[in-house]
Amino acid sequence: MESNRPRAGKLEAVGISLRYHQPRLDRWTSVLEDVSVTVRPGEFVTMIGPSGCGKTTFLHILDGLLSPTGGTVRVDDRVVTGPGPERAMVFQEAALLPWRTVLGNVVYGAECLGWDRERALGSARHWLEVVGLRDVPRHYPHELSGGMRQRVNLARALAVEPRILLMDEPFSSVDAQTREMLQAELMAIFERTETTVLFVTHDIAEAIYLADRVVVLSRRPGRIQEIVEVDLPRPRDGEARRSRWLRDCEDYLRGLLRLTRTTGDRAVEPMR
Amino acid sequence: MPDAISGPAETSRSAGPHSGQPASYWVRYERPLIGLTAVGAILGLWEVVCRSGMIKPIFLSAPSQIGATAVRMFASGELVEHLRVSGAEFLMGYALALTAIPLGLMTGWYRRLNFALDPFLTALYVTPRVAFLPLIFLWIGLGLWSKVAIVFLGAFFPICISTIAGVRTVDAVHLRVARSFQATQRHLFFTIVLPSCVPFILAGLRLGVGRALLGVVVGELFGATAGIGYLISVAGSGFQTDRLFVGVAVLATFGVLCNEVLVRLERRVEAWRPPAGVGQ
Repeated sequence: MESNRPRAGKLEAVGISLRYHQPRLDRWTSVLEDVSVTVRPGEFVTMIGPSGCGKTTFLHILDGLLSPTGGTVRVDDRVVTGPGPERAMVFQEAALLPWRTVLGNVVYGAECLGWDRERALGSARHWLEVVGLRDVPRHYPHELSGGMRQRVNLARALAVEPRILLMDEPFSSVDAQTREMLQAELMAIFERTETTVLFVTHDIAEAIYLADRVVVLSRRPGRIQEIVEVDLPRPRDGEARRSRWLRDCEDYLRGLLRLTRTTGDRAVEPMR
Repeated sequence: MPDAISGPAETSRSAGPHSGQPASYWVRYERPLIGLTAVGAILGLWEVVCRSGMIKPIFLSAPSQIGATAVRMFASGELVEHLRVSGAEFLMGYALALTAIPLGLMTGWYRRLNFALDPFLTALYVTPRVAFLPLIFLWIGLGLWSKVAIVFLGAFFPICISTIAGVRTVDAVHLRVARSFQATQRHLFFTIVLPSCVPFILAGLRLGVGRALLGVVVGELFGATAGIGYLISVAGSGFQTDRLFVGVAVLATFGVLCNEVLVRLERRVEAWRPPAGVGQ
């Protein structure tokens, strides 16, 4: 199945801005300002920034769920106007359908895209196995641990064989040990499949460990503050995680984020 | 029942709810056993009070006498006839009221349809149904269909308003997932909206049963020549307290049965739901 997967896609965001009007206060609030990122085919880019800086909003714009008020999104040089089959999103926690079994959830994306039943089920079973959940296809989400639920979430996105994977803090709600395991598994999957990934997180070490490049967004309104190339060889293992380079980079980014926190205005508005 | 207490070792082993052992007879049937015992105790007390002569039979018939009257009425075919009439009114009215489900789904989903229908739904929902009775009798007459209309009016609105509330509470995250995977409107409706609304629809259906039964009785009290409500009305004005209680008991039994059916239906379609916490 993986041999005939389409090549990874190129994802381009050019000058993305998003502002919205708050009628109650009668003022415009800017969430994102002139954010431009190009993710090369097969590249793994992570994005970090203080909470409320518009990371999730940015992903929603890339997926086509939201229209930006300025700028364009391009996939392989074609302008994006809405969701597309070449992109798949791994949502934050609780995005599984509780009334569907594990297999029903994993097959859901392919089903929505109108794949024929056999192909959709075949793909779903394959990816369930890849994420290590072959034994629980008939369980319901509430019967799974947090880590298993996120595996299902990941499998659902992978099962539509996307060329671009958008991930919205997928591991933020699981415990530290499970998170490390999931990160390692994601690395292994990424290195075996030709997929472009944009991964949003607030965990700095995670951002460095997974990425080819780390994009740092500023406090709201989100602007690109810095893009850091990660100089760690692939395939990455526990060694990379404990490396001197990673720790130095983590310290550097931490400093950068702390800096962004003290500048700008004070009030932190939670994302809606 | 005796075999349940024959093995004391087993009861002690399976006493805890999480012991992993199959629960003993007592633990498994705890709910119906406690319920039946309580009902039996109350009926017994009632019987004792009546037999002691503290209350005149004209105000309160003994359970034994009510039972005997019920058997007699059933044997003579009288009760069956009342049941047939009321049952037909209930079933037809309630079945028509089920149109509230598709209407509620559409009203909840299409904002503009909601704007158009909301004034009517709200006004009709809050107006006491009894206020419409004279008008309904004036329009449809005293026959079967006036009662069907009253039952329909009673059951329709709770079901409809519950369903609309269900559509409103569909999780935005789930809608986003479906849209991200480019679900068609139709697919999105059947895979996200409808399953999310099921608990609300079922709650509406249960409320609707009560309102429909109320409709049957009220309609028959005002204008009818047969039916359980008619039976109650006639027995009441003739001081036939035992017959009156037979009517009430039939209504109670029917209501409990309907509720039980819906509870079972709920358990079946909601099998995915994590079990709710149960108090001690």
